[in-house]
Amino acid sequence: MASRKPAKDQPASFAWTPDNKAWCDAQRMKYPEGRQASCVIPFLWRGQKQEGWVSIPMMEEIARELSMPYIRVYEVATFYSMFNLAPAGEFFIQVCGTTPCMLRGSKELNAVCERHIGEQHHVSGDGKFSWAEVECLGACVNAPMVQISTKEGDHYYEDLTPEILEDMIAKMKRGEKVKIGTAHPDRHSSDPAGANTTLLDASLYDGSRAAPIMELPNSAPKAPAE
Amino acid sequence: MFLQDKDRIFTNLYGLHDSGLDAAKKRGAWNATKDILAMGPDWIISQVKDSGLRGRGGAGFPTGLKWSFMPKEMKDRPHYLVVNADESEPGTCKDRDIMRHDPHLLIEGCLVASFAMKANACYIYLRGEYVDERIALQRAVDEAYAAGLIGDNACGSGYKFDLYLHHGAGAYICGEETALLESLEGKKGQPRLKPPFPAGAGLYGCPTTVNNVESIAAAPTIIRRGAAWFKGFGRDNNAGTKVFCISGHVNRPCNVEETMSIPLRDLIEKHAGGVRGGWENLKAVIPGGSSVPLLPKQICDDVLMDFDALRDVKSGLGTAAVIVMDQSTDVVRAISRISYFYKHESCGQCTPCREGTGWMWRVLERMADGDAEMREIDKLLDVAGQVEGHTICALGDAAAWPVQGLIRHFRGEIEERINSYRSDRPHVVQSGAMAAAE
Repeated sequence: MASRKPAKDQPASFAWTPDNKAWCDAQRMKYPEGRQASCVIPFLWRGQKQEGWVSIPMMEEIARELSMPYIRVYEVATFYSMFNLAPAGEFFIQVCGTTPCMLRGSKELNAVCERHIGEQHHVSGDGKFSWAEVECLGACVNAPMVQISTKEGDHYYEDLTPEILEDMIAKMKRGEKVKIGTAHPDRHSSDPAGANTTLLDASLYDGSRAAPIMELPNSAPKAPAE
Repeated sequence: MFLQDKDRIFTNLYGLHDSGLDAAKKRGAWNATKDILAMGPDWIISQVKDSGLRGRGGAGFPTGLKWSFMPKEMKDRPHYLVVNADESEPGTCKDRDIMRHDPHLLIEGCLVASFAMKANACYIYLRGEYVDERIALQRAVDEAYAAGLIGDNACGSGYKFDLYLHHGAGAYICGEETALLESLEGKKGQPRLKPPFPAGAGLYGCPTTVNNVESIAAAPTIIRRGAAWFKGFGRDNNAGTKVFCISGHVNRPCNVEETMSIPLRDLIEKHAGGVRGGWENLKAVIPGGSSVPLLPKQICDDVLMDFDALRDVKSGLGTAAVIVMDQSTDVVRAISRISYFYKHESCGQCTPCREGTGWMWRVLERMADGDAEMREIDKLLDVAGQVEGHTICALGDAAAWPVQGLIRHFRGEIEERINSYRSDRPHVVQSGAMAAAE
C-alpha cells in the first residue's frame, strides 16, 4: 500500500474554467439519477489537467458539486496513484519499472532521469520536469517505456533506450515535438520488429468479410418456429 | 499447427489499417448484428456457452455460463454490463490493442452481450493511464451512435442500448471485479465481500456482469462463424483463439493472436523471433502475467499454452502474458520487483495482504543480495502460504504465487547467493554459524 499525503502549500481556492464546467455537467448525464458520485474520478482528473495537480480546495469544491462528504473525495484522491497531490513538472515523466520493463532496461531510464532532472517527485529548477518510477503501464511488448503527462495529453513513448530518452528530454527542453508511440524504426505498434508473422492475408481487408450472411450458424432449427 | 490468418478475430491488432467504422465493417465487424439480436437472448447465450469461450481476463471462467447467471427477466432494477478494461497485470497489453485498433469489435460485443443479459446500459472501465486509448475508443463509440448501431434503436432492432466510457486513475486492484464496481461508484477501489455476487447485486446494487475486453470483443465473431468453428481450436475445455503478449528477453517482442494450446516454444520461436541468444539461453518464463508462478526452462521445453496444461505444472494461463527471462536474468530480483508491485498495489483492506506483501518484498530484496538466513527461505514460504487464500480478493494469492514459484524452482539459486554472500564476509559467517547452532 502506498502512503500518499497532500502538499503542505495549498492554494486558497479552486474554480473550474467555463469549458471544464460545461464538460463536468455533461459527464453527470452518463450516470443514473442520484449516482453522481461516480463522477468523482473523472472530475479529479479534469481538475488535475486544469491545475497540474489535485489541491485540497479542489477536493472541497468537487465534494460540494457531487454532494459527497469531503472525506470521501479525499479518500479517492489519496487512494489512486495518478492523482498528483503536489505540483509536478510541466513534463511529468513516468518510467514504468515493473518486471517486463525492468528486464529490458528500465533502470537505465531511471538513471537518465536522475541525471537530467534529479530525484524522483522533485520538480526541476526551471519547473519543466519531474519524474517518477511507476508500476506497470500496460505496454509490456514495447518495453521499456515511459508515459509523459503534460496539460495537453498523456502519451506513451515506447521501445526506448537511454540515448533516445536523453534526446527526448533535450527536445522537450527546447520546446520541440517528440514522436509519440514506439521509437523503434521497424515497428508500428505492438507488432514484432521487422516482417510480421501474422495478418498478411490480403483477403482479410478486401471486403469479402462484409459479404451478407444468409443464415447464422446453428440458427436453422429455430427458424421454422418463428 | 499455427492459426491461419483467415481464422483470426482481431484482424487489425497492430493498427496497420484504419480503425474507423467503414474499415471495421469491411473487415467483418457489425455484419449481421441485427440478425444475431433477432435470434433472442437465450440463443446468444447458448452459442457462447457451446463455443467453450472462457474469460480472457485471467480467471478463465466460462463466459456463457457467467452470462446465464443474470436474472432472466428485468424486474424493479436495471441490469448492467460492465467491461473490465482496467488492464494492469504486468506483462499484459492486449486489451489496449483491441481498444485502439479494433474498437468496433468491442462495441459490437457490448451490444450483443448486453442484449443477451437484458442490460440497456454498459460501462467500459478503462485504466486511467490509457488516455489515448480512451480517446480512440470514444471516437468509435460516437461513430456507432451516429450510425444508429447503438442508441435508442440499436441496429434497427428496437432495442435501446447506451454505452459509456469510464476510467480509473491508477490502481491495479480495480481490475478485480467488485473493486472495479466500487471505483465506478466513486469510491476507493476496495473489493467487496462475496456473496452477494455482482449478478445479484453489482453496480448500484443492480444485477451486473463484469467481463474482460477480449471476451466481449470475441463474442460477435464467434456467433457469426459458429460455436463449432471457435471450439475447433485448442484442446477440449480450452477452446478458441487468444491474444498472447510476448515480452522480456525475446528478439522480437509482440502481441499475437494464436490458437489456444499452442506449445510455448513454438509461440516464442515463430512469432517473437526466439529467445535472445537461442532457446538454450532460456532461464525461465512467466506464462500468464505476473500473478502466476514462473516456469524453469525444462518445463518450458514442451508445455502447452492453455488453462489445464499450465495448471498441471502448477502455474496458470492467466492473461496469457508471456514474460521471458534469459540466463542473464537475476531471477530473484525479477520476482522481488513483482513483489514490490503487489506491495504497492495492495488496497490495504485485509491484513494478510497489506502486511504480507511488504514483508515478502523486503525479505526477497535481502535474499537477492544474499543477506538472509537459510531458514528464512522456509519462513518466506510459510508467510506466502498464510497470505494465499486468506484475503477477500485474489490479490493476496497473486502476491503469494510468484514467490512460491520462485522457491519451488530456484531455491538452489537463493541458497547459493546466501552462501556466497557470507564467504566474502567473515564476520557474517560467524553470525550465520550461530544461527545454525540455535
